[in-house]
Amino acid sequence: MAAMRWTWFHRLASPPYLYALAARLTPWVAWPAALLIVGGLYAGLVLAPPDYQQGEGFRIIYVHVPSAWMSLMVYVTMGVAAAVGLIWRMKVAHAVAASCAPIGASFTVAALVTGSLWGKPMWGTWWEWDPRLTSELILLFLYLGFMGLRAGFDDTQRADRAGALLAVVGMVNVPIIHYSVIWWNSLHQAPSVMRFGKPTMPAAMLAPLLVLLLGFSLFFAAVLLVRVRAEILQRERAARWIGETLRA
Amino acid sequence: MSTFLDMGGYAAFIWPAYLVTLGVLVLNIVWARGSLARALQAARRRLASPGEDS
Amino acid sequence: MSITGTPAGVGAALTTRASCDEAAPSAPALRAARLTLARDLTLAFRKRGQLIQPLAFFALVTMLFPLAVSPELARLRAVAPGVLWVAALLASLLALEFLFRDDAYDGTLEQYALSGQSLTWLLFAKTVAHWLLTGLPLALMAPFAAMSLGVSAAAVPGIILVMIVGTIALSLIGAIGAALTLGMKRSGALLALLTLPISLPVLIYGARATELAIAGSSFIAPLELLAALAVLAVTLAPLAAAAAVRISLE
Repeated sequence: MAAMRWTWFHRLASPPYLYALAARLTPWVAWPAALLIVGGLYAGLVLAPPDYQQGEGFRIIYVHVPSAWMSLMVYVTMGVAAAVGLIWRMKVAHAVAASCAPIGASFTVAALVTGSLWGKPMWGTWWEWDPRLTSELILLFLYLGFMGLRAGFDDTQRADRAGALLAVVGMVNVPIIHYSVIWWNSLHQAPSVMRFGKPTMPAAMLAPLLVLLLGFSLFFAAVLLVRVRAEILQRERAARWIGETLRA
Repeated sequence: MSTFLDMGGYAAFIWPAYLVTLGVLVLNIVWARGSLARALQAARRRLASPGEDS
Repeated sequence: MSITGTPAGVGAALTTRASCDEAAPSAPALRAARLTLARDLTLAFRKRGQLIQPLAFFALVTMLFPLAVSPELARLRAVAPGVLWVAALLASLLALEFLFRDDAYDGTLEQYALSGQSLTWLLFAKTVAHWLLTGLPLALMAPFAAMSLGVSAAAVPGIILVMIVGTIALSLIGAIGAALTLGMKRSGALLALLTLPISLPVLIYGARATELAIAGSSFIAPLELLAALAVLAVTLAPLAAAAAVRISLE
């Protein structure tokens, strides 16, 4: 009976199965994602009341926080997929990890840009070396390193395994790096630094944020499913099942 | 409407931020679908002329 | 026991000792590690000239700052911790090239991977040798660089201590990146991109400890954190490096 519970996991490892599953699942995550994002953005821009301190300016939170959340969540997903690929030697897990990287990097850039745009009216400068922005910048380099390492190998299997090792090492290091950045920042605390931290927000302000967090997460799932299909097609190019699937 | 667009004076920061984020969302969609389309195209081409694969 | 520098010599030594030994499983691994350490040190001394290069680079980078910023010692003293650590970080990146290059080129690394000995221990030994040849000299040179930046001689012991612990961590962390980029030509920028983010905590705590040491205050707190990182690196980095070497050699 215990063996039965793991069959779904091992079935996922089969490229044709995952390909078909991804194709079927995509609309089921994509449309809810679109609804949640549009709804959440509308709620954030129009429905939520202006902030007591920051006025309308706080509304950037509705794009900054989801972007930052995504940049971190995608990295963790990438690291977990990489670990699965290394431990169980699953090719599709490596395909998932490879697909995550460009998505995560793009959201990291969005987090940095929106963070900067939030900072300018609040702090007066386009950039501050505060823990959040500094950590995001480091995360961007982690993504670029992963993609750069993969690109340095011609052989897909070696690229997979080398990149996976780097992703796992990076994932283990992210908490260490984040803690040391917070520590470093606390030493030189500028008196007027705006705290991005967890504000106690009234429900009307918090609700759009939660909606957007969920919407962005589903969006990631949808984009990932599409990219994984492309990766599988490319990796399995010689396989017979491709011909059968495409002709169907 | 114009007070909405003005965003209490923060318009120059809020709208670019929202546009950049939307841009990233759109970029992801386009990029992902593009890579899938390219992969499908390449796969169909390989099926049409099977003698090329080593 | 004579140490032959050739792969065959070490390979023979590794296998005969492994089969003769009936003691605890780690004993042959430790012996192989000691042999590897001795071999690496011997080989490096034959090319003594190369050892100077990372040190010269370190001195050169340090010298850039007075020229770029100001000759005033007061201003330089203020940035000295950062300058020292950035220069040390860059010099250790450069020195990483020497860690695996020769052994990967002549097939010794492959022999290590195939020898049946613990690759983790062998790579740990290689990293220790590398640190003795590049990190330790860097740590000993750092006080001179610091004094050239206006730091008083009283801070020297503290600077050496912090640098020793820090360069140990940097060598171990760097070994992972060096192993991942083993087969690549012109991998300098990529190696930096991979290694620097992971080395950032070392930089943060090391620079802070150095800053406190220069100011004459107690630098125990950041030093302890730095030492914790070094211990973490000692335990985990050789494992990751060994996995990376196996991947690169496939």
